Order: sequence, then C-alpha cells, then structure tokens
Amino acid sequence: MTAALLDIERLQVRFGQTVAVADASLRVAKGEAVGIVGESGSGKSATVLAAMRLHPPGASVTASRLSLDGHDVRTLPDRRMASLRGGFAAMIFQDPLTALNPLMAVGRQIAEVVAAHRGLRGGQARAAAILLMERVGIGDAAVRAHHFPHQFSGGMRQRVMIAAALAGDPALLIADEPTTALDVTVQADIVRLIRRLRAERDMGLVWVTHDLALMAGIVDRVVVMYAGRVMETAPVDALYAAPRHPYTVALLASLRRDGVQAEASGAPVPPGGCAFAPRCPARMARCDTAPPMLRAGGTEAACWTLAA
Amino acid sequence: MRGRTILLRCVQALAVLLGVSVASFAVAHATGDPVTLLLSPSASDAARTAMRAHLGLDRPVTIQYALFLQHALGGDFGQSFIYRQGVAGLVLARLPATLILAGSAFAIALCVGMPLGVLAARGGMAAAMLELFSLAGLAVPAFWLGLMLVLLVAVELRALPVDGYGGLSHLVLPALTLSLQGTARLSRLVASGMRGALRADYIRTARARGLSEARVVWVHALRNVLVPVVTMAALELGDLISSAVVVEMVFAWPGIGRLAVAALQQRDFPLLQGTVFIAGLGFVIVNLLADLLCARIDPRIGLAR
Ligand SMILES: Nc1ncnc2c1ncn2[C@@H]1O[C@H](COP(=O)(O)OP(=O)(O)OP(=O)(O)O)[C@@H](O)[C@H]1O
Ligand SMILES: [Mg+2]
Repeated sequence: MTAALLDIERLQVRFGQTVAVADASLRVAKGEAVGIVGESGSGKSATVLAAMRLHPPGASVTASRLSLDGHDVRTLPDRRMASLRGGFAAMIFQDPLTALNPLMAVGRQIAEVVAAHRGLRGGQARAAAILLMERVGIGDAAVRAHHFPHQFSGGMRQRVMIAAALAGDPALLIADEPTTALDVTVQADIVRLIRRLRAERDMGLVWVTHDLALMAGIVDRVVVMYAGRVMETAPVDALYAAPRHPYTVALLASLRRDGVQAEASGAPVPPGGCAFAPRCPARMARCDTAPPMLRAGGTEAACWTLAA
Repeated sequence: MRGRTILLRCVQALAVLLGVSVASFAVAHATGDPVTLLLSPSASDAARTAMRAHLGLDRPVTIQYALFLQHALGGDFGQSFIYRQGVAGLVLARLPATLILAGSAFAIALCVGMPLGVLAARGGMAAAMLELFSLAGLAVPAFWLGLMLVLLVAVELRALPVDGYGGLSHLVLPALTLSLQGTARLSRLVASGMRGALRADYIRTARARGLSEARVVWVHALRNVLVPVVTMAALELGDLISSAVVVEMVFAWPGIGRLAVAALQQRDFPLLQGTVFIAGLGFVIVNLLADLLCARIDPRIGLAR
C-alpha cells in the first residue's frame, strides 16, 4: 500500500498557554481532495502549517503521527524537508500580495522553484516559468513574467502563487483559504482553475476554508474543525445531506439561513468535556467528557449522539 | 523610476547644491579676517587696504558671493591665498587620496557590516556578541581608535607604517579607523531590518516552496532591507567626510580633509570654499545615485512618489 499523501494523528499545536490545535487527525490519500472547514481561530492554518513544518518558531507541536508521503515531518533533516516542500507538497496562502516577494519579478519567483525542484537553470527555468504562467491562465505570460506582484490584480496574483506551487510538480496542494481575499467572481475562477489542474494531474488537495458552500464542487471529503478539534469528517455529499455533529448542523444552517448560529445555551463544560457543548442544542450529561470519534456509515463524528 | 521623477530629483539636487554654495561661502567668511594672518601685525593700514582690495574682499558680501558662485559653476574656485595656486587644481590633486581612503572605508563597512547584520538577525550567542561589538564601535571616536591602532600596530608591533601615503600598507590603518562607525551602524540597521523581513509572509512562502535557507535569507529577506541600507549608506557618506578630516590628520593622509583644515587655520577663503563645495557636491551626487539605485531595487518607489 502506498503511503498517504498526508497523515496526521492526534496533532497538538500550542503557542505558550494558547492551544491552537487540541487534537486533530486527518489523512489524505493519493489523489484525494479533502476540505478543512471551521470558523476563524479553529486551528485550520495551525494544522496545515505544522504538517509542512512551517509553524512559527514559538509554537510547540506534538503528534502521534505527522507524516508527508510516509516521511516523519518532525524528524526529517532540513534538506530533505526542503525538497518535500514545493516538490512533494506545495502550498498557497490567503493573501497573495503579502505572500509574494514584492521586490522580485513574478517570473523569477516561479523560475527559482523550477530550479530548486527540477534542476533546470537560467533560460530553461525561465521558459518553464512562462509555460506555468500560461497554464494557470495568465495571458501574455512572457511579458507578465517581468512584472512585479503589485502590478497584478488579486486574482492574477493568486494565479502566480498557483503557478509557483505547480512548478515542483507536487502530488499534494495545500491551499489555506486561497479565495478569501478575492472578489466573488474571481473566487469562482480560481476554484475552476484548481479543479481543472487537479483533473489534469491527479493531484491531492487540502482546501482550507471557513466557507462550506465553496467546497461542494472541489473536495471529496470534509473535515470540520471546532476549537482545535476535529468534530466530524464525512464524504462531502453525506455531510450536506446528513450532517451528524450538531456543530456541522449549525454550520450548514447558518449557510442556509444567513448567519444565525446555535446560541450559547448552557453552562461551561468542565475541562475535558466537549468544546461545543456550551453552544450545543443537543447537549446531554455525557458531554462533560469529550466523546471519541464515533462512526456511522461513511461519517465519523466526535459526538455522543452517534453512540445512542 | 519615471523620467519626470528623475528630473525632479535632479532639480532638487541643484537646489541643495545652491544651499551648499551659500554654506561653504558663509563658513569661510565666518572664520575671520584673512588679512590679519596674511600680513605681519606691524603692516600699515594702507597695506592692509591694498591687500583687501587685491583679494577682492573690499566689495559687498553679496557681490563676493555672486562672483564666487559664477566662477564656481565654471569650475573655478579662485586662487588659494596661502598656496598661491588655483584652488581647483589643489583640490583635484588631493582628491584621489581622499577617494581611496573613503572608498576603502565604505567598502569595508558594506562588506563587513552587511553580513554581520544578517548573522546578528539570526539570534543566539553570535547575535549578542555582534550587538556588543556594534555598540562598542559606535561609542569609540575615530581619532581615539586611530591613535590606539597607531600605538599598537605601527609603533609597538611595527607591522604597518605609522602614517603617510603610498601602498596598501599605508591604507590599512586609516581605512579601518574610518570604517568602524559605519560598519557598526550598518550592521545594526541590517540586523533590525532582517529581523522584520524574516517574519514576513513571503519568507514563509519561500520556505514553503522548498528554497534553501541560504536563498531565503540572502536573496529574499536581504533584498527587502536593501532600500533603507542604500539610503543610510549614502547619508553615512556625510559622516565619513567629517570623520575623514580627523583621520587624515591622525595618519598624515594627504587628502582634502587635511587641505580643508589648513585652509581653515589660515582663513584661506577660496580654498575653504572650494573644499567644502566639492565635498558637498560629492555628497549630493552620491545621494542622487542612491535614490536611483533604490528605485531600481524597489519598483514600487517610482509610483509612490
Ligand atoms: N503565531 C501565533 N502566536 C500565537 N497564537 C497564534 C499564532 N498563530 C495562531 N495562533 C492562535 O491559534 C489559534 C488557531 O489559529 P489558526 O490560525 O490555526 O486559525 P484558523 O482556523 O486558521 O483561523 P482563520 O480562519 O482566521 O485563518 C487561534 O486562537 C490563534 O489566536
Ligand atoms: Mg487560517
């Protein structure tokens, strides 16, 4: 059996006293597209950054498994890690303006990734960069390659980011809210582009967002996070049709009814209880101890309602 | 940078140069009456008046300034009172020595200060040592360091010549002395800039793309601190010029710094005006070049201004 593209088990990420990720497990099989959804601060970014060993120096990361392509991310030597990054797994970010170096022409920023992972030099790397820009739909690429990030629109900048991400021909693309900073119409363009690229090259995808609606056409499976924990993971159709965790239900309801979320109804839980319990309409006495991931059909959810 | 912006910069530079001409004229005339030094104390009033007329000092100050400016624009700074030669020739003859000294000091400051700053930004023991070094570097005046180096390296160890002008061996001590403060200031600027740059989003991106740590630091981060570095390095030149006066005195270096001191002591108006004006001209040109260089490094600059 080939190793999973990404395999995370019992991940915990802390910033001093702040627990960004309390307990997250997540597996991405070859060619699979997984969405991570959750509200702001639920630990989505912290999870994927830890998987790439890109977490800030102040963070402490523990896990019972944390691997890319079967390699343990925690112990891999820096040079091996660098060749995995951008080569095996590429990443794009929310704000393409700050994520690109403002003082380097975009063609060079793409070409240097080509050089790092494909061993091409000079003119060959530049030519490859222009081809990549064309593939992500940047017109007049040979000229645009000489332009700087501030000379592009937001959507075009994100295309540049994607071109650089594809430069190492990755098996896995991790996209951390790649459309949040963009206009709605541009969002749709980027979503279409990523879907097309995935179809062309059988590339695995981790798509981080707080927008459940956006993932419908992109991912195979969804991981719902809340307060640094995975609440539910299910095939995307099952999640929409029959959400099992009350938090997922609330999330979907807020989508349909414009906003209103479950109210904080109850008393706080004791330490070790379910983090969602204070806002949960289905709260019961057992919620004072956090439930394990329970399985029902293709869905897994951390909720006692599945045990009934 | 666009053509119009460049033109604007040149006009600005000319305005600054006009200011420099006023300053150099005023500084010279503030030193006192040169005739009292040129003639013996027993000279008659008639002789003094004649001398004053001969030097053109009997005319109104505004006329004197206008004449000075008119000639200066043509590259003519008049005759030195003490050397009885053209000032332009005197200054040009001394200029290479000063350029070599200042250029070497500048090169040392860049080649040592920048890497030190980059290393200091990485933190740890090395950073603490460098911090200490740069603080010490800032605290030590050039003349004191110069004298200590002369005593230790030249007098005690006899490793290098005490003073004078000639080969590389004569250059080492004065250039080191002159570069110390610039090196210290530059390394601090680079270090603080790098600390900020290394936290930027594009650095995380560069790492996410699997670029080598060397490339991340020396290409992506360093490029983003170059603009303040170039700007400061150009301003640093002003400091270098004033320190060069001291260092040239300590090491008997035959540059325009020593010429200016002689001119000052003798109230040699034309020579003093000439040296100050040429130093100012050099400063203005270097800052103009620095602006152009900054616009090349950061393509956003031409749009912003
Ligand atoms: N560098 C940091 N230092 C301290 N705390 C941090 C840092 N980065 C993240 N955190 C904390 O970790 C928690 C999770 O953050 P994370 O960025 O993973 O959330 P997220 O789910 O990606 O949210 P968003 O949708 O806003 O991007 C938050 O409470 C946040 O305050
Ligand atoms: Mg995030």
